[in-house]
Amino acid sequence: MAGIVTNPRSGKNADTRPHLTESGLIRWVLIGAALLFVGLIVVLPMITVISESLRKGWDAYLEALKDPDAMAALRLTLITAAIAVPLNTIFGVAAAWAITKFKFRGKNLLITLIDLPFAVSPIVSGLIYVLLFGAQGFLGPWLDSRDIDIIFATPGIVLATMFVTFPFVARELIPIMEAQGVQDEEAAVSLGARGWRIFFKVTLPNIKWGLLYGMILCNARAMGEFGAVSVVSGHIRGETNTLPLHIEILYNEYQFSASFAVASLLMLLAIVTLIIKSILESRMSKEHES
Amino acid sequence: MMRQRKADRVLPGLNLSLGFTVAYVSLIVLIPLAALVIKSFDLSMSEWWDAVTDARVVASYKLSLLTSFYAAVVNLVFGLLLAWVLVRYRFPGKRIIDGLIDLPFALPTAVAGIALTTIYAPKGWIGSLLEPLGIKVAYTPLGITIALIFIGLPFVVRTVQPVLQDMESDMEEAAVLLGAYRSRTFRKVILPELLPPLLTGFALAFARGIGEYGSVVFISGNMPMKTEIAPLLIITKLEQYQYSQAAAVAVGLLLVSFVLLLFINLLQRWSNRRLRSVTKGA
Amino acid sequence: MTVLKKFQFILIAALILTLLSACGSKNDNKEPAASPSGASPSATASESNGESSAEPSKVPDPIELLNVSYDPTRELYEAFNASFAEYWKQTTGGKITIKQSHGGSGKQGRAVIDGLEADVVTLALGYDIDAIADAGLLKADWQKSYEQNSTPYTSTIVFLVRKGNPKGIKDWNDLIKDGVGVITPNPKTSGGARWNYLAAWGYAQKTLGYDEAQTLDFLKKLFKNVPVLDTGARGSTTTFVEKGIGDVLLAWENEAYLALKEYGDDYEIVTPSLSILAEPPVAIVDKNVDKKGTREAADAYLKYLYTEQGQEIAAQNFYRPRLQSVADKFKDQFGELSLLTIDQDFGGWKEAQTKHFADGGTFDQIYTPGS
Repeated sequence: MAGIVTNPRSGKNADTRPHLTESGLIRWVLIGAALLFVGLIVVLPMITVISESLRKGWDAYLEALKDPDAMAALRLTLITAAIAVPLNTIFGVAAAWAITKFKFRGKNLLITLIDLPFAVSPIVSGLIYVLLFGAQGFLGPWLDSRDIDIIFATPGIVLATMFVTFPFVARELIPIMEAQGVQDEEAAVSLGARGWRIFFKVTLPNIKWGLLYGMILCNARAMGEFGAVSVVSGHIRGETNTLPLHIEILYNEYQFSASFAVASLLMLLAIVTLIIKSILESRMSKEHES
Repeated sequence: MMRQRKADRVLPGLNLSLGFTVAYVSLIVLIPLAALVIKSFDLSMSEWWDAVTDARVVASYKLSLLTSFYAAVVNLVFGLLLAWVLVRYRFPGKRIIDGLIDLPFALPTAVAGIALTTIYAPKGWIGSLLEPLGIKVAYTPLGITIALIFIGLPFVVRTVQPVLQDMESDMEEAAVLLGAYRSRTFRKVILPELLPPLLTGFALAFARGIGEYGSVVFISGNMPMKTEIAPLLIITKLEQYQYSQAAAVAVGLLLVSFVLLLFINLLQRWSNRRLRSVTKGA
Repeated sequence: MTVLKKFQFILIAALILTLLSACGSKNDNKEPAASPSGASPSATASESNGESSAEPSKVPDPIELLNVSYDPTRELYEAFNASFAEYWKQTTGGKITIKQSHGGSGKQGRAVIDGLEADVVTLALGYDIDAIADAGLLKADWQKSYEQNSTPYTSTIVFLVRKGNPKGIKDWNDLIKDGVGVITPNPKTSGGARWNYLAAWGYAQKTLGYDEAQTLDFLKKLFKNVPVLDTGARGSTTTFVEKGIGDVLLAWENEAYLALKEYGDDYEIVTPSLSILAEPPVAIVDKNVDKKGTREAADAYLKYLYTEQGQEIAAQNFYRPRLQSVADKFKDQFGELSLLTIDQDFGGWKEAQTKHFADGGTFDQIYTPGS
């Protein structure tokens, strides 16, 4: 998960020291195999989505995106991401700081708990909030008497999304901050810097790209989450449907190309992610050289 | 302010960051998961055991574990290959391939499932090619495995990549100077170094696969005892209003995940320690 | 140091606030819509009730209803809601919006139990509404509230086959032949599939002289021919139509006609000799309408299903209408067949559920080896 950037030196490795690499033939066989694998597993589904979405032409494509229910779903998806990503970012930074800069007991357990949402079935991620906040849940009656809606409303969707995207930023930062150690910060302390200044002036510049990459992944996943949100959403059209749920609805209404059109919108987001990451990489390598 | 604290804590913010972390983890992860466990204990011990060891449940656990395992193995091999190719070689379109690796994180799982089913169903692009050969993909465990390979792809690549990048070439250089062949260098020098991240990626992909629902349910065919995955069984129990039974099956799944992850993190510790000792040694 | 402490405090407070505002945001955007419609219309409604006729000068506040329904009714309620809104405007002068939620019947029932604030539920089977009643959200004898078992329209289970019926499928016993691929959703997760299952059971029972073991054997053979069990009715239709799998789809009659409408001439409908009267019932969720004060509107909404217009919309969407005049009008649309009923032939949903679909029931026995 810690793969932030392709190492700027990597190109040099390959070409300048022939004794440290494979013969040209093997190299191209390996590259070919890798490309074939990515092609089969990732590119082909992508092409399917695009070709299906355009099966009825551009007009139908745009029509599907302009549909008011699609717009409502887009809005909800954006709101959800706008709440979940910043909160998880703050959490990720705090967790990474505590875990990498200090020693304390139970650290391994804490890391495992942070990882847990990766491994929990999305269905379970939704179910736990239903058990907690649903009308029959542990807090249900209390919430009901105060007229607070959590499940089948925006808060429930946000919570489920937060759970699912919970580890991304922390997972990204922990290895980076671990590798950097505490020397820089300690030096700053000895020079008289205090509290937040250390973080903003010393730590943040060191981790900013990793942080950003973590946020990008977190955001992509937040917008794309299906299973967990499906359990807590209630599927009210134009109200509690997120984009992935809207895709499912369209698919179930035999509007296949419309559903793939909306899906391609989410894929576009992934591609934007790709571009941002590419820009990050080139900046990073420039910084490295200077 | 600092001096009042213990000497070894030179840096500020332990209380704030740890406090916030623990509070947040409790709110978002611990308390909800506790609710699940408590709910499952609405059942008596024997009922709980019966719910988890029911033939269909056991079959679904087995299926989920096996298909995730196979998918993780495939990802282990091809993830290593991809990471290797992306770090060590130059070829056109490398950036794009590198970015595509993250796509499975971003694409809604349901879309992935529908797209994969479209491709691998008997009438699909690949399904129609395989059908004359007698290979059925969609609606078989093979189809489930392919969906899980898709879902787990980023994990291995992204854990191996940084380690491969940071790997010092000195050792390889030394091995070559000592007359080792490339394949031997790879086996004896590079692979041991990559083993911890490989295992970590493997375990993450494995754990993610066990719980996956959205992408699998379209391609699996959902035949009881054959292609019915554990998360689907949780849904099935819920549809019959058996909350505690559903919770029990979920807790069983959760336990497996938790043990796996604990194992991962121990591995990671081990790898860190090893790396440190290696760098110290060098 | 105090500055730092204060800062920590402010930060934490800010975080908690964000969290709370996140929780509150729903209230912000929902309460204004719901509470005016919640508190005041009940007053206006009872007033206008007292005066026995709504005066045009007194326009009631806009009302919002939530209809939680199962999967195949999307098209039906889209048309019906528009018609009802028009009717409501004409009779009361007020504006009414109906929000729809669709999903698997069991899933939807569960959502209502867990707090989805449905004013009315229109589900695939009485069993799911019974479950909501068990949770105390509506009265136990809800099915007596409206005419005809609270089922304004019915349907049945028919076969959808590929054009020309290449496998020559005419009746249920053709489904157990070798080499016939049967597509049905999973009875454990789909309401429609339970109707499918019971119809097959009823047929087998009758033709095999009510011999339980042989009937089970018939079902076993039938499900041996099922290559895919989707979780919902729509999933099965997609598998059959889009993916081209199987030779026959067991489907709601309305779903089969809809597929015919969507996909034109590639398919045809086969009506078996015997099927089951599928009754998808409707009910008001007492607890929710009382809380929101929307009982009046919800009641009018369900009653409108029984009117001539309502019945016609149902018939246009391929549901069998209850009203004789409308039924006569659409007589040619539906094939004739004899129908079993859940209450007379299966002892009601509770019994059918325990016997067939609960854990260890006949459906489980089909798939459990050695039983």
